[in-house]
Amino acid sequence: MFEYDFMRNGFVAAGIVAVLAGLVGYFLVLRGQTFAGHALAHVGFTGATGAVLVGGSPLWGMVLVTVAGGVGMGLIGERLQNRDVAIGVVLSMALGLGLLFLHFFTAYATQATALLFGNVLGVTTQTIFALLGLALVSLAGLGAIARPLLFATLQPELAQAKGVRLRLVAVLFLAVVALATAECSQIVGVLLVFTLMVCPAATAQLLTARLGAGLILSVVLALSQAWLGLVLAFYTDWPTSFWITALSGAGYLAATAWASSMTRM
Amino acid sequence: MHKSPRPADSTQAMRCYIILITMIRDRAGAQGNAVEVGDLTLALGGRAVLAGVSFTIAANEFVGVLGPNGAGKTTLMRALLGLLRPARGSIAILGAPVAFGNPAVGYMPQFRTAASGMRLRGWDFVAGAVAGHRWGLPLLGHADRAEVARVLALVDATALARRPLRDLSGGERQRLLLAQALLGRPKLLLLDEPLMSLDPHHQHAVVALVRDLQRELGIAVLFSAHELNPLLGALDRVLYLGGGHAALGAVDEVITGPVLSRLYGSEIDVIRLAGRIFVMSRGQAMERDHHGHADHEHV
Repeated sequence: MFEYDFMRNGFVAAGIVAVLAGLVGYFLVLRGQTFAGHALAHVGFTGATGAVLVGGSPLWGMVLVTVAGGVGMGLIGERLQNRDVAIGVVLSMALGLGLLFLHFFTAYATQATALLFGNVLGVTTQTIFALLGLALVSLAGLGAIARPLLFATLQPELAQAKGVRLRLVAVLFLAVVALATAECSQIVGVLLVFTLMVCPAATAQLLTARLGAGLILSVVLALSQAWLGLVLAFYTDWPTSFWITALSGAGYLAATAWASSMTRM
Repeated sequence: MHKSPRPADSTQAMRCYIILITMIRDRAGAQGNAVEVGDLTLALGGRAVLAGVSFTIAANEFVGVLGPNGAGKTTLMRALLGLLRPARGSIAILGAPVAFGNPAVGYMPQFRTAASGMRLRGWDFVAGAVAGHRWGLPLLGHADRAEVARVLALVDATALARRPLRDLSGGERQRLLLAQALLGRPKLLLLDEPLMSLDPHHQHAVVALVRDLQRELGIAVLFSAHELNPLLGALDRVLYLGGGHAALGAVDEVITGPVLSRLYGSEIDVIRLAGRIFVMSRGQAMERDHHGHADHEHV
């Protein structure tokens, strides 16, 4: 299967994105902000379709809009009383707008499917370099804020008293999440970003209570699910995104069952 | 025209003398007092929570901060941490003007439900606070790990730090929070309602633990609580907040009808019964007793 260019490219792209998603997703789940990640992907859809409409690249359109969305969300922060409702309203408006852009750009129905459900086997070498660059930027960002981010997540009041600027850390983190979301969309599509960003991290947190082990496990799970999904897609000819969602979903459910059986003992 | 130099000289001498006295007093303050508050007014949303309050707490005192809900206990602690700028007046912490992020001040906030549901183990929770304000990766060196081990041992939480947070009882979580507050060897410890939603047995265990640590480490502790009784016998002095004012002194001096009536500007009765103290306003208890703690979680 590795004699095909598209399979080699798919493996490399999925590998880069899975490592990033596993690490960023761990903090996203720990902070209870998974819905924000989901919302950013939807907002990104508008960016991607808008970029295509004006003749730009969907990846960069998505990056631009998700980062703006993430920073905006971080700045609004906890001032919004019903955050879930507000995010929900914004994301449905964003998807609707994306649909409108697609309507004006009727030529490519496959483009819409690729954006919504991913097209890892259509990744070009050029896109791989873009993905790698973006992943390095967001990992560097995450590395720079990881310590105060963890402190602010576990003990916000104490962190604030010890000099952590909570708002700044929240905004920077959501910018990192936005980049990771845009990357994930390239592999599994905007509708299924959850499957790489949230499922492996949540599974890891069910399986271990240790921070370091959890981060490693989250990456290992994301990576193995993405790659195994590609292998299964190759042999069955079913969509890759289906296999990745099936594997990560099954992994999460199995971990939930295991964790609850451990509590009952 | 020549004026006699004498009056000017004596004024100068007087001024030098005052500066000298001030320096000596400030030096004594640097060594002797944990908290010095002068004519302090704290306002929240335009409303004065405390108005013109002054008090001094020594470097090795265990002081209970008491008063009904909304009396300004948490607000005062936030001001002592430098998180709330006083509307008027001054605050000195360990002889220096109050500063945001002072490493010599340990703080134990009220426990948030967010962290209590986490599956992360206690050790990582405590360790997450080690120099957590610095940028970079949360990697701990040998000295940092030794510091986490030290504070966990101080509160006897070494074994329970191996368990996930969500599997711990309220009293066990309080011990981890206390360990976190002790990181970096603070000289002043601010504990915000550590007894909230604990049963009487665990309340007494927490009070005894804090008292022992305070003596062993020779530090100042401000311990806020709704209710005085669990703290009786452990406190050096009590800081009672009410009606925007404050009274600091021994329990028997402060928790009296006349002092509290003056604080509130209305009739307050203090009833002592079987070694416990009840503060009553028009026949109603102003501090709720142990059985009322289920209500506190909504506050």
